[in-house]
Amino acid sequence: MVTKSLSTPTEGIAMILNVQGVTKRFGGLQALTNVTFDLPEGQILGLIGPNGAGKTTLFNVINGVYAPEAGQVIFRGRNMTGKKPYQLAKQGLARTHQVVRPLNELTVRENVIVGACFGRENHRLKQASKIAEEVLNFVGLGGKIDQLAGSLNITEKKRLEMARALAARPYLLLLDEVLAGLNPTEIEYMLNIIRQVRDGGITIIMIEHVMRAVMGVSDRIIVLDYGKQIAEGTPQEVSQDPRVIEAYLGDPKLAKKLMEE
Amino acid sequence: MKRLMNPGLWITLLIVVALGLWPTITRNAATRELVFTILLAIGFASSLNILLGYTGYVSFGHVVFYGLGGYIGMYLFKQYNSPLWIAVPAGGLAAGLLAFILGKSILHLRGGYFALVTIGVNEAMRAFINTLKPFGGPTGIELDFSVYKPYGGAANALWLVYYTAFGLALLFIIISFMIKTSKFGLGLLSIREDEDAAEVMGVIAPNLKTWAFVLSAILPGMLGVLFFFKNGNVEPGDAFRLGFSIENLVMIMLGGQGTVLGPVLGAIVYQRLRGLLLVSPLFKNIQLSVSGVLLLVIVLFIPVGAVGWLRNRFPRLRRVLP
Amino acid sequence: MQFGNLLTSIVDGLLIGAVYGLAAMGLTLIWGVMNVINLAHGPLIALGMFSIYLLFSNFGLNPYLALLIAAFLGLIFGILIYFIAIQRVLGASHLSTLLATYSVNMIIIGIGTAIFTTTFRNVDYSLGNITFGPLTVLGTRAVAALLTFLIAGSLYLFLYRTRLGKYVRAVANNRAAAELMGIPSTQILALSFGIGTMLAILAGGLISTMLPFTILSGGAYELKSFVIGVLGGLGNPLGSLVGGLVLGLLEGIVPVFMPNTWVPVIEFVIFILILIVRPTGLFGVKK
Repeated sequence: MVTKSLSTPTEGIAMILNVQGVTKRFGGLQALTNVTFDLPEGQILGLIGPNGAGKTTLFNVINGVYAPEAGQVIFRGRNMTGKKPYQLAKQGLARTHQVVRPLNELTVRENVIVGACFGRENHRLKQASKIAEEVLNFVGLGGKIDQLAGSLNITEKKRLEMARALAARPYLLLLDEVLAGLNPTEIEYMLNIIRQVRDGGITIIMIEHVMRAVMGVSDRIIVLDYGKQIAEGTPQEVSQDPRVIEAYLGDPKLAKKLMEE
Repeated sequence: MKRLMNPGLWITLLIVVALGLWPTITRNAATRELVFTILLAIGFASSLNILLGYTGYVSFGHVVFYGLGGYIGMYLFKQYNSPLWIAVPAGGLAAGLLAFILGKSILHLRGGYFALVTIGVNEAMRAFINTLKPFGGPTGIELDFSVYKPYGGAANALWLVYYTAFGLALLFIIISFMIKTSKFGLGLLSIREDEDAAEVMGVIAPNLKTWAFVLSAILPGMLGVLFFFKNGNVEPGDAFRLGFSIENLVMIMLGGQGTVLGPVLGAIVYQRLRGLLLVSPLFKNIQLSVSGVLLLVIVLFIPVGAVGWLRNRFPRLRRVLP
Repeated sequence: MQFGNLLTSIVDGLLIGAVYGLAAMGLTLIWGVMNVINLAHGPLIALGMFSIYLLFSNFGLNPYLALLIAAFLGLIFGILIYFIAIQRVLGASHLSTLLATYSVNMIIIGIGTAIFTTTFRNVDYSLGNITFGPLTVLGTRAVAALLTFLIAGSLYLFLYRTRLGKYVRAVANNRAAAELMGIPSTQILALSFGIGTMLAILAGGLISTMLPFTILSGGAYELKSFVIGVLGGLGNPLGSLVGGLVLGLLEGIVPVFMPNTWVPVIEFVIFILILIVRPTGLFGVKK
């Protein structure tokens, strides 16, 4: 199943996340089958695959929204399998949602304060407010700080998701299609943010359909198809893997796009 | 305590102080009774608002805390000749305890199911106390006139009850404000907006919800003691009247859920209106229907309530009116 | 306790329970289709009682004929309520729908109390007794239970064998998808509320032939409807019939072993426990 083990190039380096044999079913649907990988600190891992491949489900298992039927999620050396999302958040895991979930009736600042207050560092309101300002300036929402989150446009809401996650000062950040629906300029802006976050020492897993972007920014890539890992490796290795091309052949346009990029 | 320097809080407190001192100035028992009813509503609605307005959970049977507190207090008065200053906190404690147990068991239910189960809890409690011999079963507990003696007679006791309710209403408005502007309150608001997203950000929703429930139950429990002490007797039908809960929900809707000032304004307007309708020969008989039409109009056309409407209309007011 | 008495109270309980089930059917249908807890359900049941009372006492109409007229009026009234009070708040918070239906409750009770006061009425109509060996039941009760099964059967046929019924189930299942398939969801929702109201009116009408009542009597049946709805699975109208029979049986048996006042305690404790453990109901399907 697994083409290349991630353990070879990363021996001796601290692992922030170990996903071991994770399996998840919904009724008769096998959403994830025996997903296994290790993630070294400080890397960006790209998670790609056709729609319905189980990428978001994998995020949901990692951050505790779903408990897996089998397998383990070990975060920073602790077994967090079946723990609640807030327990993982307190341990230093943050995520964004594919479909943005702003707290509409709260201001942009308050949204981000929630991240800072209840995340890993457990700040008081006053400190959290300062962090919120910093983070909002960092993602380019400094001008909208006192607006209601519900009044933002979709691009801004994506940035808000990012800001909320960053305000928690996580060790590991899960990004679920933060680039989807953005125009090229906005994508470049967001990628720049992602790189800076990584350079700041935060490990990232990103689910992405914008191939050029994810190939450009990721250190390693895992490809999921029908809930199974069909390939992993560096972006170059993965893009030349026949199985990956085959998986995308169900969608010839996408396969072509992948080859060209 | 810098955050207490908020004009919205002071406006709210000023309104309640002015209202509460009115009978003191007139020394009129009828005025006192009227204002007592309003203060009761202010306290109950402000408490319920912590759960409903801040956390987004509809506790339809909230009157169960009021009734339980009332019964605990009356039992203490009757059996142990207990003084008011013990009975009132005891009522609050009992209500808080019940809320804690309930919070651990029913707050995982969302939306309509939670509302339904709170109705069930209230009805179960009413039916249970109806069978409970020490609490007098269906006839309830009746106090002897002599219980008012230690307070210098019934007239003085009624004033004492009045000022206690006044003080408690003020205290809980401050508490409600402090919750809203605290980290705890922000957690509650995030649960109201999107509970799952809040949990992903690290908000321990089960705990926060339980504490919000407990805090929203304590004052109703204490007010129950005060009301039934003044009343002289308590029966299951009066103590656990579902309509009482719903009236308070209406007040919160009227004034604006989730705001500190809203429930206070709502309580005053609702009680005044009800009083006016009750004495009007034209509306006396269909007072309930007129209130119903009014409620429907609010629900359909201004669901955010008066204060909410103001806040939406004039965004600058958001800072001023918490 | 004689065996005959126990049998009688069990059968009595089942007969009344069937009518409780009918009342709950209306409540749970509305919940199932539009996710609204109808707090006007009790007053609507009371309106059913008073419709029969008025038609019978003032015009000398046979109660069962009166039931037919009341049912039709109930359908129209329910559709009206939907357009006036419900449509605008569908999809809003649960507080909004709860309070919207409660405002209808207040309006009906307010006017009803002004007109009828709260003195007890009864429909003085008898069908004699029916006796089987040790068992004696009132004719009106037997007929009420019989009619309930007839109505429940018709509802089943309507929901599962007619196009309109399929539309109702489609809207209940997924309103957006139903709309995409060209189902006029607004009309279907209004019709569902009308049918729910009609069932409440029918239940009230049948109860009026068995027991005395006031304009406030509906409240108790509304609470029973909640319990039954949860027993049978909220949103599952036919489960309500089973739930009603269970509740009726409980009310028949419990008083044999302990004071009558314990019945509501047991009912509501069961209600709470089911909601905590299995909110979709004992016979409900998981959504």
